[in-house]
Amino acid sequence: MIDFIAQRMIQAVFVMLVVALISFSLFQFVGDPINNMVGQEATEAQREALREQLGLNDPIPIQFVKWVGNAMQGEFGISYRMGKPVDQLIAERLPATLELVFLSAILALAIGVPMGVYTGLNRYSWLSRVFLTISLIGISLPTFLIGIILILTFGVWLGWLPTFGRGGTVDLGGWQTSFLTLQGWSHIIMPAFTLALFQLTLIMRLVRAEMLEVLRTDYIKFARARGLKQRSINFGHALKNTLVPVITIMGLQIGALLAFSIITETVFQWPGMGLLIIQAIQFVDIPIMSSYLVLVALFFVLINLTVDLLYYAVDPRLRIERPGPAH
Amino acid sequence: MQNIETTVELPAAPSFGARLSGNIKAFLDGDVFYSFKRSPVTIIAFVVTMILFFCAIFAPWVAPYDTYNIAGLNLMDAFRPPAWVAGGDATFLLGTDDQGRDVLSAIIFGLRISLMVGFLGVLIAAVVGTILGLISGYFGGWIDALIMRIADVQLTFPAILIALMIDGIAGAVLGRAAHAESKLAVLVIAIAASLWVNFARTVRGSTLVEKNKEYVQAARVIGIHPILIMYRHVLPNVMGPVLVIATLSLAIAIITEATLSFLGVGVPVTNPSLGTLIRIGNDFLFSGEWWMTIFPGVALVILVLAVNLLGDWLRDALNPKLR
Repeated sequence: MIDFIAQRMIQAVFVMLVVALISFSLFQFVGDPINNMVGQEATEAQREALREQLGLNDPIPIQFVKWVGNAMQGEFGISYRMGKPVDQLIAERLPATLELVFLSAILALAIGVPMGVYTGLNRYSWLSRVFLTISLIGISLPTFLIGIILILTFGVWLGWLPTFGRGGTVDLGGWQTSFLTLQGWSHIIMPAFTLALFQLTLIMRLVRAEMLEVLRTDYIKFARARGLKQRSINFGHALKNTLVPVITIMGLQIGALLAFSIITETVFQWPGMGLLIIQAIQFVDIPIMSSYLVLVALFFVLINLTVDLLYYAVDPRLRIERPGPAH
Repeated sequence: MQNIETTVELPAAPSFGARLSGNIKAFLDGDVFYSFKRSPVTIIAFVVTMILFFCAIFAPWVAPYDTYNIAGLNLMDAFRPPAWVAGGDATFLLGTDDQGRDVLSAIIFGLRISLMVGFLGVLIAAVVGTILGLISGYFGGWIDALIMRIADVQLTFPAILIALMIDGIAGAVLGRAAHAESKLAVLVIAIAASLWVNFARTVRGSTLVEKNKEYVQAARVIGIHPILIMYRHVLPNVMGPVLVIATLSLAIAIITEATLSFLGVGVPVTNPSLGTLIRIGNDFLFSGEWWMTIFPGVALVILVLAVNLLGDWLRDALNPKLR
């Protein structure tokens, strides 16, 4: 157990260092930042003083250590394009993205799991075939196209739902939330569904495959022989045992949701992190790019670490291999 | 030492033509073709894929108009709806865009760019991934540990994010002017970099199995160079999974390219791919010109769906467990 955790921790720190190195090296490609900061008439002495003050005369390794130190305290510098501190920009945008990802994950689970259970239990019913066909199309439809089709249908033709932005948000101590007003909900539902569709089909296929496998096992036959109700067999015994891989995959997919939110946010002009990074890439705004890289890597590493540990906690078989003293 | 092998092979080797027809006959009698014949969905997917490939390769002859020829455009023809909608013109079957370009022709030329970027990306990913997987599996040790750690780290990030970051980094490194010129190359590399891991991991797994089989042991005993063993003995036996992954990767590569182009960091407007066309059309969505977005979108979905179905079938057909 300790070995396992230590190994994962070391790997996580290693990943973060590599990402930090890449992010830091981005700054080396954009030329002398002093030129951006002082006017034409600045003397060489003034430039030199500023350079000294910013620590640009230090050796590169020292600069890297300082940069990592600043990043750890949440200081990523100032955006070239918007002239604001990056941490402030990110803090403004983060709630929008997190709410979107959260709602998508809930939608994917709430729709995907029942669909998976149904298709697993009723393998040959026509509804299962419909679900499976939808899932195949869902996988072949790129996220942005789903968003466009939804906008065209519900926004342009039917005119039921707004097509861009967040609409009315409520300020909860600095956290702008969409969940407290009807208008907020009407804005978030289309982007959230767009983002959820791919994960939904993934979860459905996974639950189905797991159900098919579990239903063949001896303990399910035994439960039937004991005369348990079909319902309690299906949900109490079968579904429960399919949930371990579902939790794992869902954990990992939250990372994917964060990445795909870039696309959804562009389609729906959702003012979150994704829109921020796309604009930053187009304008080569290095401070935002590098801090986004570090932040996303941090998210992914934390999620992976949590999933690994959860897996260990949920699946007793992983613990049996080396019997030790009780905790 | 190699002479032993060649002298064994040579007397039996028939002429190239006879060997080819023998191969074709063996293929037609084989399990793979049998399962192909038995699956109507796969046959349809194959035919659709071939038609799309044909259109893409022979785009200048298939497309009704040359969309690159700006002089041939007439602004009077702009925003025509598809032929069957009121106000449509039979000469523009799927309508025209904001500059009077024929949407059908633009799709056919866009298909060409999308497939080219997808194929090149998958090809580079397959070659690099297979070589690294072979090295990793055959030699083991620290080089295996290094390659697989890099693969682990990369697998935790989605392909689209890696491609996006590589594009962003290329923009920073090359500067904006140079970046615009090398856009397609950067895109291909970004897609390849996001896909190589699957190849490397699969090939490594197969290599680990093959390496301990007797024929490889025997080859090693008679002193054949490791590179030759990998190329001549291990590689042919891991090609099946590589082919499956390549097909499924092509679908992912096409989607990745379209997504990046849609986000505005992919293929430039001057040389539009399907994703670029969808992005251009997206600007006119609210004014009701839906055909500029929907038809390139439909073409993209048909292409990806057909390739995905072929990949799924190939995976099952080449899987000995399912036979």
